[in-house]
Amino acid sequence: MKILTTVRRVPDLDARFSLNGDKTEIDTEALDHKVNYFDEVAVEEAIRLKEKGVADEIVSVCIGSGNATKELRTALAMGADRAILVEADEKTLDPYLVAAILAKLVEKEQPDLIIMGKLGVDFENTQVPQLLAGMLGWPQATFAYSTEICDSKVTVGREVDGGTSTFRLPLPAIVTADLRLNEPRFPSLPGIMKAKRKPLDTMTIEDLGVALEPRVKTVRFEMPPEREAGVIVADVAELIQKLRDEVKAI
Amino acid sequence: MSGQVSIDELIGWDSLLTDDEKEVRRSVRRFVDSQCMPRITDAFEAGRFPEEVVAGIADLGLLGANLHGYGCAGVSSVAYGLACHELEACDSGLRSFVSVQTSLAMYAILTFGSEAQKQRWLPQMAAGKVIGCFGLTEPDHGSDPGSMATYCVKDGDHWLLNGSKMWITNAQSADISVVWARERGGAGRILGFLVEKGTEGFEAVGIPHKLSMKASFTGGLFLNDVRLPESSRMPEGVGLKAPLMCLNNARFGVAFGVVGAARDCLERAVAYSLERKQFGVPLASKQLIQAQLAEMLSDIAKASVLSVHYGRLKDQGKLKPHHVSLLKRNNCKIALDAARTARSILGANGITTDHHVIRHAVNLESTYTYEGTNEIHSLVLGEFLTGIKAY
Repeated sequence: MKILTTVRRVPDLDARFSLNGDKTEIDTEALDHKVNYFDEVAVEEAIRLKEKGVADEIVSVCIGSGNATKELRTALAMGADRAILVEADEKTLDPYLVAAILAKLVEKEQPDLIIMGKLGVDFENTQVPQLLAGMLGWPQATFAYSTEICDSKVTVGREVDGGTSTFRLPLPAIVTADLRLNEPRFPSLPGIMKAKRKPLDTMTIEDLGVALEPRVKTVRFEMPPEREAGVIVADVAELIQKLRDEVKAI
Repeated sequence: MSGQVSIDELIGWDSLLTDDEKEVRRSVRRFVDSQCMPRITDAFEAGRFPEEVVAGIADLGLLGANLHGYGCAGVSSVAYGLACHELEACDSGLRSFVSVQTSLAMYAILTFGSEAQKQRWLPQMAAGKVIGCFGLTEPDHGSDPGSMATYCVKDGDHWLLNGSKMWITNAQSADISVVWARERGGAGRILGFLVEKGTEGFEAVGIPHKLSMKASFTGGLFLNDVRLPESSRMPEGVGLKAPLMCLNNARFGVAFGVVGAARDCLERAVAYSLERKQFGVPLASKQLIQAQLAEMLSDIAKASVLSVHYGRLKDQGKLKPHHVSLLKRNNCKIALDAARTARSILGANGITTDHHVIRHAVNLESTYTYEGTNEIHSLVLGEFLTGIKAY
């Protein structure tokens, strides 16, 4: 069984962000990047399925600039077998386009299972897996906290509002990883050394025959307003007065 | 870190590192933050090495990381140094454990051991299943190891060892001890042996009452007519040069590592000075405090960049003993200074283990002295500058 995992390159969220001159882009040049945490969980799940003897091959794919080879090497160091980088300027992409690129890649790679992070921690769109399932006509189980493979079916425990639900999907299928699916391993030093020798293929969007036509246009970013300093009130009466007259919360 | 940018960015050393070296740093940092930091204060206060992290350290491939073959990761010296840096940002005891296992015990067996010894011990040591220690220093012979009193005599096809070793990291937990002894009779050579735990006449005892390196096992080795077969002797380890080669190798890791402790002290001092208000303003707004922080940063940046440079020389086979002396002396000194400064910035809070800097400060008193004292390394450099031995 072949598993495809997606690896998104995201800025370190502890970094201080700034916008470019006309506020149409977040200036990510100087930022430290890493693998989207939910994608690490997805890669870890694939590795565990391989360790259980369920899967034979794990392919990790990233769509992004040449710098993203670093994040793919992380996936390889964790235990993925090979990696594919689809070169693209991340700023020209939107979820639909990413899903379309992945759909073409799936055609080429023919995986039995796709495991993806439930969302990218940078923009939190939570759209690509669902769009991809629609384009491929595959069943999907989002927000997984457990997976089990048996008889060409994947059973997925899902976290939903107010509880859990269980889906059993015929393969091929798409599963998205939630926080509690597993705790991703830290790449070991031997793993990091081995990763350097694992195959990492590079291709372009044109190679896959996808037209670069994003449907989402970013108009402008705004920094959140600076938080104003709090005030200390003398007593409950003053608090009530402020809530009523100044904040107009009551 | 509550300031504008990270210390790594201020040092600006990332451009000197390869992607896999940065990956090693990131991985070890995450391991240390999640697995070691929550345990270290209790272990330190209890005066015990946190043995429960050994499996994780081994799984990460940190044991014997820069050695090649026999189950070792074979990373660059810089990658190994960065791992030491991250471990020591938590505690010098953790880094000491990895240093002794890797650069003293495993390195000695790899460099001087027989093929059978390498096959038998190294994969198990890389996996953390066998812990090693290194017995060179003696109660009465520290900076002058050539005067060692521990001796070995040939007894048929066996050797008899007698003597004692002191200040040995991992002594109590070691399954295998690398022990150096002077040959009595014959050429009087210094020879290296592998002594297994439980060998008759051999005992390891912890040193009590330590106020430094409390999260590390430190002990003495006692050899009373310990009878070893010739196969327990490392055939290539002959002469004082052999243990000194091990020390030179280990000193690099020490020097790279201590800067991690200094970095942690600086980060904590910056965070504390921003938070702590006196005279109605944060301490960080005081010029005296900023000058102290700037001094720490300068020292840390210089030590970090020099460590990487010397790491590259090491991998090119160009690192000379005097380079190692310079690096060890410099880095241990600036780290100790940084820890003391941080302790002062943290005021009374600085003396509690809750704030960590006093733990670094007392640990760094040991690193200042072990693996060649500050003074001995000064004399090594003095000899290189003047041609005059002043030991």
